[in-house]
Amino acid sequence: MTKLNFPHYDVIIIGAGSIGAPTAFFLAKSGFKVLVIDKFPSVGQGSSKRAIGGIRATHSDPAKIRLCLRSIEIFSTWKELYGDDIDWYKGGYTFVAYREQEEITLKELLRKQKEFGLNINWLNKEEFLEIVPDINPNGLLGGTYSPDDGSASPLLATHSFYRQAMDLGAVFHFNESLEELIISNGKIKGVKTNLSTYGTDLLINAAGPWAKQVAKLAEIDIPVDPDSHEAAITESVAHFLNPMVVDIRPQPGSSNFYFYQHSTGQIIFCITPKPNIWGFNVEETSEFLPMVAKRMIDVMPRLQNIRVRRTWRGLYPMTPDGFPIIGWANNVEGFLLAAGTCGQGFMLGPGMGELLQRFVTNSLTEQDHEILPYVAPDRDFSGQELLK
Amino acid sequence: MTDYRIKKHPILPIPDLAEIQFFWKGQLLSAKKGETISAALFANGIRVFGHHQKDQSPQGIFCANGQCSQCMVMVNGIPQKACMEEVTEGLHVEPLDGFPVLPKIEEIPGMKNIPEITIPVLIIGGGPAGLSAALELGKLGVKVILLDDKHRLGGKLVLQTHRFFGSTKAVFAGTRGIDIATKLEDELREYSCVDIWLTSTALAVFSDKKVGVLKNGDTYILIKPEILLVSTGAREKFITFNGNTLPGVYGAGAFQTLVNRDLVRPAEKLFIIGGGNVGLITGYHALQAGIGVVGLVEALPECGGYKVHKDKLMRMGVPIMTSHTILSANGNDKVESITIAQVDEKFHPIPGTEKSFECDSILVAVGLDPVNEFYKKGIDYGMKTFVAGDAEEIAEASAAIIVGKIRGMEIAQELGLDVGSVPESLYRTSEILKSKPGSYKKIQYPEFEEGVFPIIQCTQEIPCDPCSALCPHGLIFIDSNDIRSTPVFLGDGFCCEACEQCVAGCPGLAITLVDYRRNLDMPTISVPYEFNRDPIQQKDVVTAMDTEGQPLGEFEVLSVHAIPTSDRTLVVHLQAPREIAKKIAGIRMQESQITHPMDHYIQHLDDDMIVCRCERVKAGEIRSLIRQGIRDFNEIKTITRAGMGSCGGKTCTSIIKRIFREEGIPDEEVTDQTKRPLFMEVPLGIFAGVNGDEDLIDD
Repeated sequence: MTKLNFPHYDVIIIGAGSIGAPTAFFLAKSGFKVLVIDKFPSVGQGSSKRAIGGIRATHSDPAKIRLCLRSIEIFSTWKELYGDDIDWYKGGYTFVAYREQEEITLKELLRKQKEFGLNINWLNKEEFLEIVPDINPNGLLGGTYSPDDGSASPLLATHSFYRQAMDLGAVFHFNESLEELIISNGKIKGVKTNLSTYGTDLLINAAGPWAKQVAKLAEIDIPVDPDSHEAAITESVAHFLNPMVVDIRPQPGSSNFYFYQHSTGQIIFCITPKPNIWGFNVEETSEFLPMVAKRMIDVMPRLQNIRVRRTWRGLYPMTPDGFPIIGWANNVEGFLLAAGTCGQGFMLGPGMGELLQRFVTNSLTEQDHEILPYVAPDRDFSGQELLK
Repeated sequence: MTDYRIKKHPILPIPDLAEIQFFWKGQLLSAKKGETISAALFANGIRVFGHHQKDQSPQGIFCANGQCSQCMVMVNGIPQKACMEEVTEGLHVEPLDGFPVLPKIEEIPGMKNIPEITIPVLIIGGGPAGLSAALELGKLGVKVILLDDKHRLGGKLVLQTHRFFGSTKAVFAGTRGIDIATKLEDELREYSCVDIWLTSTALAVFSDKKVGVLKNGDTYILIKPEILLVSTGAREKFITFNGNTLPGVYGAGAFQTLVNRDLVRPAEKLFIIGGGNVGLITGYHALQAGIGVVGLVEALPECGGYKVHKDKLMRMGVPIMTSHTILSANGNDKVESITIAQVDEKFHPIPGTEKSFECDSILVAVGLDPVNEFYKKGIDYGMKTFVAGDAEEIAEASAAIIVGKIRGMEIAQELGLDVGSVPESLYRTSEILKSKPGSYKKIQYPEFEEGVFPIIQCTQEIPCDPCSALCPHGLIFIDSNDIRSTPVFLGDGFCCEACEQCVAGCPGLAITLVDYRRNLDMPTISVPYEFNRDPIQQKDVVTAMDTEGQPLGEFEVLSVHAIPTSDRTLVVHLQAPREIAKKIAGIRMQESQITHPMDHYIQHLDDDMIVCRCERVKAGEIRSLIRQGIRDFNEIKTITRAGMGSCGGKTCTSIIKRIFREEGIPDEEVTDQTKRPLFMEVPLGIFAGVNGDEDLIDD
């Protein structure tokens, strides 16, 4: 098989989405000959385009914090460095508390986040109202505010990574699906698709919700299973809301919801369904809008007149502990896993892309080694993230 | 200020509505109670309602149908669609320039649970197809909810002032569209099992087999039907040319809505793009409303619409230029002129053939696309879904009536009712009614010149037969097995009693009567006339025209009269020499000055050929992306935002697909865009069960 004359690439990435596109960019930038294979017709058409665009570093574990801090640096300087507008807006994130139990949870989390040096603070009711003047003040206790977080357009950003990667020589094949991994003596040697065969010694699994299926081709089981969340976007109105507003109160049907005003003036909102809806189905349901609308107006009555334009459902590639899986697969040499981003692929993407580039170039830093245990493919998945 | 209301109409009654007053930019203007804000603004001559935030381009009426958001204005501080909202006493209306400010609201409104209803049959769309399906089901006692987003049933029928073609027996041929709507609605209202929801819009078909409905414009309801019938009609195709979004460029539906529903004159001088039935008929409607029609261009070598519609327009004095296209609409804040050119066989404009005409409005009628999103979703989500009318296949309303009837029967069968099978003859009738017009034949004038007899100027095979039913002696023959055959007069000069019913009743106004009995050398010619009575009086001299609009001379009017059985069509008697008497087909209705081109043609230098009106995306941007190799519509959306605006890609989708074809990309290489709910933008509060308009007002 290896004798056959098929094109050889330094690195092949499966998936041209939130992870695959920036990874291709950083690898191409380091001079690698990169091929990205995606079964969809163009870039970001799987889950990336379904992301709502929130970007925060204010997580509760060092790995995601570190990766997202770097992502924010990349997103916020992207236009300056590469000229493409990706709608980056530094509006910050707020987690709002109306009940004592959320106040306690958030404050506990805050203590940890501060330990990591994050710019996040507790605001009392009055301070919170200054940041989000339209929030319902009745019963408001306050909330956390992290001004350095923000948002960007997943459509524009993923597309820009893709375009810039191509300019650097990366090759993208769309409408092409992976059928087989060529493994010889425990080493990645290439891939076979429905259209052709390509040789490589290094394969990156950035297939998002489909990462489990890709890993299975190497007889590796990774615990990534998608559940679906529904989102919507409104018309554009004059700017009136700066940060993302996250309400973590569970309610029948949903465990939390969040919304923000994108730089286009549109409000984008999303809920986390409870119980989770597992599986690959992304067809719109009738339940989402009535459920989320009540919650939104309850938290911000001003939103009642904004017109809803579109709704959609997207997949969160979940892992049992809520942390991504990043690292070399154990049994197959040259197989790098970059999966299970649990709905945070967009904000993790650029930071992860750089990290993957360091994996490939064997230039992992000390800092990297600090965070890798949290995302290691062979870790104990029974731990839980403090706040997902 | 000039009043642009239509005060007199040959077909439509002008209701006597109470006068009210409202504010526009702080200025007090008059309006009629019950009319829309857009109608009130148009009546006052205001056609620019605001400016786009991206490029400050003037915005105004485009669809007049609640589908786009080009007519948004600020109404008492809240952004609203001017074409949908009623004007009320003392209302403060302001232009919308840029993004609207969301009104501040501090109080949490009362929020109710969203009701869910199950029903055997849900019909979306109460036009000809939906109405006739509902009627069939109503007769059988089936429980039906019939939704329509307008204030009355009938769909586009309610804008059609002309007599319908088709089969007299099967589909009310010879009756005016507006009256067919009333007849169908009156009949349907007899059946209490059919629940009619007006001003109610379907917003989405969800995967859990429920249909989200905005009832009465303010209440959200989920309906779970056993069977869904989608009869949502069509939407107009649009084309790109420079200046194509200037206020004053309309689709035919919007124009008919403004003229025949809102009873305002949106234009003084109209130019029409497209020689299909829609363009031709709308031109006729414009003339009836007292609007001058400067000309009509059709890119094909021949008009696609019925020849009788084309002839009628040409006889009224409208030049029809085939193998011509529009190059640009010119003007600053509104249309001031049009530039056209002849095209070669590949539809490319031929340099040196450019001409400009003064006009204040341009009507684009270049074809229709089915509104079939709900049907596709219904099928995708495994619902029992049927489709009828233009939503299935673009055809005449007469065909939609028959197909609706057939679907009604099929649905009854599907529900397990003992209704027998649908008669084969109905399927055949529907096929006949859907058929395209045949080729032109040369008119054969009778050789005899004595007595009195009709001249039938209908020489193209079209599905139409009212004339054969109108003649009391059965002297006009159309093969009842195939009503597409052209009518033949079976008599001579001595069997017609000159009742003139065929003259007044032919939907194509294509029958005249020549009467030699009183004066063999100067016979009397009866021609149909469907305009206000005042402009033509006895003893006036008028220009008589032949079938295809060539003037035959000036002749005296002997009389203008109504005939008892005729419905608003008058008959004019002219006296003319025997040599030309048979050739006279009608009377010129507008002076030729209006149709003269300007001395020089106006070059449009700005590149403002817009594909996506909502996001102001230009054709050049799309073309260059396609040339870079992009084949996924979604990628074009990502880069340009085309199709991501408030109308949900209703206008730009067909244009972008067309650009792909123009660039030589076959359809199968193009990935279509992902269609998602909602069908129309709806305030968030509606989904939260916030009821009633009073809750939406700023405190």
